[in-house]
Parts: sequence; C-alpha cells; structure tokens
Amino acid sequence: MSLNYRAGSVSFENVTKTFGDVNAIDKVSFTIEPGNLVTLLGPSGCGKTTTLRMIAGLEHPTSGRIMIGDKEVTHLPATDRDVSMVFQSYALFPHMTVAENVAYGLTASGINKIEAKEKSEEGLELVGLGGYGQRLPSELSGGQQQRVAVARALVLEPEVLLLDEPLSNLDAKLRRHVREEIRELQQKIGLTAVYVTHDQEEALAVSDRIIVMNRSVIAQEGSPRELYEQPASTFIADFIGDANLVDADIIDIKGDTAEVAVGSFRCFLPLRDFSKGRVKLAVHPSAIRLSKRDNQSSGLTGNVRRATYLGSQMQYEVDSEVGRLFVVDFHVDQAIAVGSDVAITFSDRGLAFVKTA
Amino acid sequence: MKHSFIPWLILGWIGFLLMPWYLLEDGFWSFIWLTDGYPTDMDYAPAILQGMLAERLWLLPLALPLLLPLRLIPLTKNDPRYSRYLIIAGASGLIYMLVQGFAIGVSGWQFVSLDLLFGELEQQQYGMGYGAVLCGLSFLILLTTGLAASGFLKGDVFVTGSIGLVVTLVGIFVFFPVSQVLFSAFVDNDGSFAPVAFANKLFSDNIWSVSCLSSGYSCGIAWNSLALAISTAFLTTLLGLAFALVVTRTGFRWKKSLRLLTVLPIITPPFVIGLALILLFGRSGVVTQFFADVFNIEPGRWLYGMPGVLFAQVLSFTPISFLVLIGVVEGVSPSMEEASQTLHANRWKTFVNVSLPLMRPGLANAFLLAFIESLADFGNPMVLGGDFEVLSTEIFFAIVGAQNDQGYAAVLAMVLLAFTLSAFFLQRRWLGKKSYTTVTGKAESGAYMGLNDGMKVACYMAALPWAALTVVIYGMIMFGGFVQNWGYDNSFTLQHYTDAFAVGWGDFGVIWEGAAWDSLWTTLSISAIAAPFTALVGLLTAYLLVRQQFKWKDTFEFGTMLSFAIPGTVIGISYILAFNVPPFELTGTGVILIICFVFRNMPVGVRGGIAAMSQLDKSLDEASLTLGANSLMTFRRVILPLLRPAIIAALVYSFVRAITSVSAVIFLVSADHNMATSYIIGLVENGEFGIAIAYCSVLILVMLSVIIGINLAVGQRRLRRTDSISITPTKTSFSAPSLKEKQA
Repeated sequence: MSLNYRAGSVSFENVTKTFGDVNAIDKVSFTIEPGNLVTLLGPSGCGKTTTLRMIAGLEHPTSGRIMIGDKEVTHLPATDRDVSMVFQSYALFPHMTVAENVAYGLTASGINKIEAKEKSEEGLELVGLGGYGQRLPSELSGGQQQRVAVARALVLEPEVLLLDEPLSNLDAKLRRHVREEIRELQQKIGLTAVYVTHDQEEALAVSDRIIVMNRSVIAQEGSPRELYEQPASTFIADFIGDANLVDADIIDIKGDTAEVAVGSFRCFLPLRDFSKGRVKLAVHPSAIRLSKRDNQSSGLTGNVRRATYLGSQMQYEVDSEVGRLFVVDFHVDQAIAVGSDVAITFSDRGLAFVKTA
Repeated sequence: MKHSFIPWLILGWIGFLLMPWYLLEDGFWSFIWLTDGYPTDMDYAPAILQGMLAERLWLLPLALPLLLPLRLIPLTKNDPRYSRYLIIAGASGLIYMLVQGFAIGVSGWQFVSLDLLFGELEQQQYGMGYGAVLCGLSFLILLTTGLAASGFLKGDVFVTGSIGLVVTLVGIFVFFPVSQVLFSAFVDNDGSFAPVAFANKLFSDNIWSVSCLSSGYSCGIAWNSLALAISTAFLTTLLGLAFALVVTRTGFRWKKSLRLLTVLPIITPPFVIGLALILLFGRSGVVTQFFADVFNIEPGRWLYGMPGVLFAQVLSFTPISFLVLIGVVEGVSPSMEEASQTLHANRWKTFVNVSLPLMRPGLANAFLLAFIESLADFGNPMVLGGDFEVLSTEIFFAIVGAQNDQGYAAVLAMVLLAFTLSAFFLQRRWLGKKSYTTVTGKAESGAYMGLNDGMKVACYMAALPWAALTVVIYGMIMFGGFVQNWGYDNSFTLQHYTDAFAVGWGDFGVIWEGAAWDSLWTTLSISAIAAPFTALVGLLTAYLLVRQQFKWKDTFEFGTMLSFAIPGTVIGISYILAFNVPPFELTGTGVILIICFVFRNMPVGVRGGIAAMSQLDKSLDEASLTLGANSLMTFRRVILPLLRPAIIAALVYSFVRAITSVSAVIFLVSADHNMATSYIIGLVENGEFGIAIAYCSVLILVMLSVIIGINLAVGQRRLRRTDSISITPTKTSFSAPSLKEKQA
C-alpha cells in the first residue's frame, strides 16, 4: 500500500471563539492522542461543530492556541493544514466523477495526474468502491457517497481526519453498519480521528474517548465506560445514559462503601468522593427491576403509568415515591399492565452518585 | 520559493518598459502603433522612454515601487518585511500614479497653485493607456498581496486581490463619475466655485414650480417626473399583481403564453413601445383614424404628453412587475392558505388576511422598482413627451441642446439621483429585513388556493385586455416596417428594410450597403465584448458577497448595487464629465461604451450570481479548502462549473441589455462608434418611423435568436442536473440552526 499515515495529535489550549458577542467556545482545552478516535458529543448549539471547524481551519479562534502534531496552527488557513474532513452533507462535487472527486485534493497539492489517479484508485479500493471511479456522485447511494467522501479525505494522508456528523444522512440501519466500517478503517490504518455527533449511542460505539460539550465548555471527558458509569454531572448522566435522577441520602459510610437510602429502599454503592447527607443518584433505566406488588414485596412502591412495547424491550413510566421513573425491561414476556402496583428495586450496577450541576 | 506576486510584478514592468504609456489616437488594437515609430515616437513610447527622451521626468519615479519588490524574492512569506514592502510599494505606486495623473494634464499643471510653486510646465500628458493600466493593476495587486500577507482576510491572496480589484473598478467607474456630477453642479461654466448659481439652479421654478395646481402653467419637471413615476409604479404593480394571480391562482388556459410576456421587456429597446403607440394612437394612427372615420372624433394629440408617456411606461414595465410578483405570489406557502382555510376562513378572507399581508413587502418592492425604472426611463418620454418635460430627458437637452449648460444638467442629475437613491435606500433598508417568503427548501405539498369568482373576474378584466394590447403592439412592431408611410400611405413596401439592411456584391465580396449595418455591427460587437466582462465582474462580486466574510461588507454590497439606481442619463452625463480629460480620457472610444455597459449591468450579474450561489451548499467550498485547494482553485474548479447556468444567464442578459440600452449610450456614442438605439432615436426625431420600426424589429429578432440559440446550444437538461444538486433536502432543516449560530 502506498498510502502512508502519520497520526498526529491535536491539542487546544484555552481556545475561545466568539461570534459577535456570543461565546461559541469558551476557554476550551483538551489533547487528543495520536491514533485515537475521539468524539465530540453534545446537544446542538454546544460548540462541537465549531470546535471541529477550528481544527480544520475553517474558523479561527478569537484567543488561545491550537496545535496539530507539534506544529502550532492557530492562524493557519484550512488550505495549508494537514487535516482533512468528511462533511455532514458529504460535499461531493456534483460535476466531477467519483475518481475526480477523490483525486481533487491530490492535484490541488501539486501531485502529478498519473500518481493522483493511482492513489485515488487505491483510496476507493480502501473503502470498497473500486471500479466506481467513473460514476457521478448522484449515481451512488447515500452510503456509497459517504464512503467516497471518506476516501477523498483519506487519500491526502492527513495527520488528522475530521468527521462532521458523517452518518446523519443515512437511515438507521445503514448507520450502524457504516459506523463500524469507519471505526474498523480508522483502527486498521491507525489514524487520529475527530468525530462530531449528537447521538450518544453512536459516540459510545465508535470512540476511544469522548469529549462531551455543553454550553460552549467541556462537560466531561473520558472513555465511553467512564462517562456511562461515572457521570460527572446530572447533565452527563441524563445526556449519555438517559438516567433517572433521584434524590437519595448517604446514611452510613464504611470504608469505601456508602449505605444509601432511596426512599424506603436501601443499597450499597462505592463512595467516590461524597460525604454523608443528601445526594443525587443517577439510575440507569435498565438498572431498575419491577415486579408485581404483593404482601411480601420489598422495595419502593410504584404504579405503572405507561407501558410501551418495543419488540426487544418494554419501556415503562412508573410513578414512585421518589418521583417518576423511566424503566427499560428486557423481560418482554412478563409485561406489566398499565395501572398495576409494582415493587421497584435497583441493581447495584447502573447506579452512580452525581454532583448537581 | 515561488511568490504569488511575481507574475503581477512582471506585468507591471511590461507596462512600464514596453507598452505605450498613453492613450493611442488610432486605438491600441489596430496595432498601427507597432509599425509607426514605436517605441521612440512620443505618441507610442512606454513610460521609461517618455521619461528619458521626452523629459516627462515625473514618470521615472514609478520605477521605484517596481524595484522594491525585487528585494523580497529571497525572503519567505513570514518575514515581516515581506508584507510591509509590498504594501509600501503598491500603495505608493498607486498614489503616485493618481497624483501625477491628476496634477499634469494636456496643458501642463492642472492647478494654478502648482504653476506658482514649480513654475510653468512645458510638457503635457494625455489620458492613460495600456501601459499605465498594467502598471496600476500591478501596484494594486502588490498592495493587496501585501495586505493579505499581513493577515488581512485570513491571508487569502485571491480574495483580498478580488476585493481590491472590484473596489477600485467600482470606485473609478461608478463613484468617481457620479462625484464629478455633484462637483460640477457647484461650479459655473468657467470652472470656478459658484454656490449661489448652484442654489439658483437647484431651486429654480423650472424644476420645482407648482403653478399647474393653481393656474394653467406647467409644473416643475421634478414634479412631472415624480407624478409620472408614482402613477406608473401604482398601475404596473396593480396590473402585475393581476397577471401574477391569473397565472398562479386560476385555471387560465394560456398561462404559459402569459409567462412569455416576462421576456419582452428584456428584448425590447425602451422606446419601441412608444413608437408602436404612435402608430396606433398618434394623429394618423390606426385607432385614431378609425374613430375619426366611424365616430367623427377629431384626431387629438393626447398621446404626446403625460398620458402617452404613462401609457407607454405602464406597457413597458408591467412585465417587470409581473416577473417580480410571480415570485412573491408563489413565495406564499400553500400550507399557510390551507391552514387558514381549515380554520374556517373563506377564500376572500384568507386572501385578505393571510396571503395579501404576506405579499406586502413584495408588492412594495415591485412598486419601488417600477418607480425607479420610470424615473430613469429615457426612451418613452423622448418619443412621446411632447411638451411634457421630465428630468431624464431634460438632462439630455441641457447638454446637447442650444443651452449646453453642464451645470444645469448636473443639478438636474442630482435631483433625479436623489429621487432614485431614496427609493433604492428605502427598498434596501426597509424591505431588505422584511421578507415574508415562506418557501423553506423543503418539498411542500399542497396546492395554491384558487381565487373567488369576483376576484377572478377582476383579474381577468385587468390582465387580459392588457395582454391583448401587448400582442397588438408587438404585431405593429413586426409589421410596421413593411408599410410605406403609416397612416398616409398604407401600401406594402420593402423599402425600409432595403434602405437599412441592403447587401450588395462588389469586387471584394459583400458590401454592406444599408445605412444601418454600421451601427448594428458596432452594437453587436461592443455588446459581445461587454458581456463576458459583466458576467465575470458580477459573479466575482457575488462570490465575495456570498462566500466571504469581511469588514464593511454591507458597504461593499451597497456600492456594487448602487449603479442599478443611477439612471442611465445620469451615468451618461457623469461619464462625459469624468472621462473627457486625462488621466482617464475615454470619450469617443468604444472602450467607454464597454465600460459603461459593464458597470451598468453589473448589478444584474451580481444578483444572479448571489441567487445561484446561495443554492450551492457552502460545505462544497469548505471541502475544497480542507482538501488543500486555495480559494482561486475553489472558485475556478468548483464554483464556476456549478454556476454555469447563472453564467450563461448573466452573459445573455448583459449582452441583450447592452443592445437595448439607450439612455446612457446616447451621450457616449461617437461617429466611429454609433449604437443601434441612438441611431434609431435619431431616425424617430427625423420622423422616419418606417426605418426606425424596421430596425427595431430586426434588433428584437436578433436578440431572440441569440437567446434561443444559446439555450439550444447549452441544452436545458444539463442545466437541470446542476440545478438539482445542492444538498439533500432532509438535511437543510437540520443544519439550519448551526448555520445561524455561526453567523450570529
């Protein structure tokens, strides 16, 4: 293979970007290690796309420093940066064939036509589209167009590959397939990739690390598992895990373990750095067990307000003494009818203390 | 290391060392100068020889700013000296060129104070020629490259250079001449400052008298123009709305043919309608004669005056407001009307309370457009005005008439300019922010609501007779040329066509014997040269406006659109005032006509380009940039190919508009470069209606065949394909919020 990749790192140091008097990014710092796929995740308007565009050089920071590899690029225009980007709309040039699209960046950087042609064929081969070179983008399906966009970015052998919501134009089924392909390709060639999405499941699935952004700042950064199991704030717990947030009390501490009271229910959890008293507890929907209430039942009391059948799982909304809970239950066969009184217990895994933000 | 300024520097040196510095009598492209004593003949010599041999010493310092950048060649771009030297070289070169150009003219020093300071200057100089143009261009690009290197516009050389170029061109060819008009309004005919005379002219009864209200005298021409413009605007908006409603909201059978009406004003020279009206309603017109014979009604002269001009203008401009209002009426989303109807409003109520308010900004827009067009119209008042005087024609007569009072013409131009610019301001400031267009780019289902019966009848009554009249008028134009002497001798003849377009055979091939060939060839060639420049400048400007962010962008946009609001007569007189003397000495050449067309029609190209470019997703440019292409390559390889339909439209439109324009042209034509329209006006003034009409019909046919030919050559289908690319519709709504966020 003649395509050679040299993965670069990316780091932001106190980067601020303002549009008019609005801070799109406010003093953001992070480092992305070479060869990692890092996801920028957050609700729309959180600044994740602006962050990505600043790595690409399509926007320039108002203050702060951006490094790619060991080179400072803060004010370098997009043209001169060693990164390439896959756009949400793919942005394939509709008047050029697939091969011309892929070779465009190569000829722009002055590589001769023959070599550019070879490399673009190789790039198409890499994404499994060998032989499609002479077609126009409009003659390809959405998934194929997406892969052309990836090939076009990859043939430039960038230090960093940027992907801006690359799957949002694909239908749900294709989405899972393509995201696995992207991940596989990235790992195969050991590329540094920055991936923007607002879909937490997608982020959990593809990332080495996730940077969650909210209101122009980083809300939490960590591996998918850290974010899911140890959310730093109620925002993360809600956004990543769709977790129920309930009031709880730490009533006793023994070593690293805390005894927690949630209403009338008691359980034991790793303490982390919390102390006695009122806390917020994030309870993942799948960590809640429901059973029909009878005289021997322990746990919280509740009443099923709504039950939704989703094929592989049941979703319930349950009114309980600690508030309304959202529950996911995979025991579809033993569905509980709306209006039933239920006993609610929590499994140990899937519960976490969170700081109120 | 290769520097992007080097080719431009070489160009500057070519301009300085090789090209004739001054304007050539026989024109540059005749190349007579090459064999006629170049380079030592002082008419043709380049700047360096002018300085050394003819003691035009002031040209020699221009070498300094051309030498300075040579020092930069070994440096890198990041060196702070790089940008500083380029800026110094470019700016000083430009400033020095302008200063020497304005200070020294055909009679030595141009200002008395310089005579006193330096003593009389024996040498003189003429208008700048191609040598000077290349030098100036080189300095400009050196300056913008330097600015870019200092971090201007993210260091983008192409964008900075383009902005510099457009600003300079618009400055020289729009702002400079217009400011000359304002300036010359303040001086008397001897050239000294005369504010009292100015005030007298400005407030004279001739312009502002209101005596027509109280007694039988005529009113001031300013009031005439205003009254005419308001009535025309009102009537055309009403008729245009009726047409638009018929086409979009009724089941009228010949809708498509009605739409053809919108093409007419584009291919109709502005006075042709007036001419046809004379043939119909003039004293010996068909209709007049008919009424005289049948009802014994004395043939009157009612057509020559305000009623006639109004009549002609409404006929001329209704298609324009139809064109605007079709967009407006279609812009009201059917779902709005459907929503209203499901809320139990009947059709009349829906129309009045929902559709009409949504159309209001569009209606105001059409009104202002017609208002400006009417004020600027020269052809119809010229042909039909009679004693009814309006500003646009008065300006012309003040210059060419017996009075030859440039100051008075300039004052009139100021008044006219004040009217049109206020309307233009109003349109942009007030309407620009108020758009109720509800088309979202999402595919919407739902049909437009039909009109209720009363309104349908009203619209038919207004639109259909008018459409019929239009057809009759164009019939007159096509057939009028075959009639001996309209109204007196209605026998068939080919005389007019042979007079104008006879072709003979001589010893050396074809001889163009007809009287009209000269002006026709001039018109076609000048229009054909102007068209690509218009399209290029227009699209480049559109690219800068849509795709680039920079300070003063609003001002930049306003400046480039301004020439739309400047009436042709004002442009004409301003060009005469500004370009009759060095350093920009262009009157009498074909170049001045080309330049005039380019900058008068540029707003059309800009707007077409803006519309087309807004449909191209911005991520296409960004993709190109992140793939390592610079903005020049992006413009050339991504944007231009995708804009092909817009380019062709701009080419055709500017070509055709150049052919039909008359108001500015009539000031600028010369014996060598006569244009069809001014030739026809001359025929009309001599009462030779037959040839005039024949010539008009030929012009219309030529333009029609050009439009049709280009459409066939390019092929409708290929246009379609590029039209439909932009982006997948589902996504537009999705990316909308983040786009807003970025622009906020």
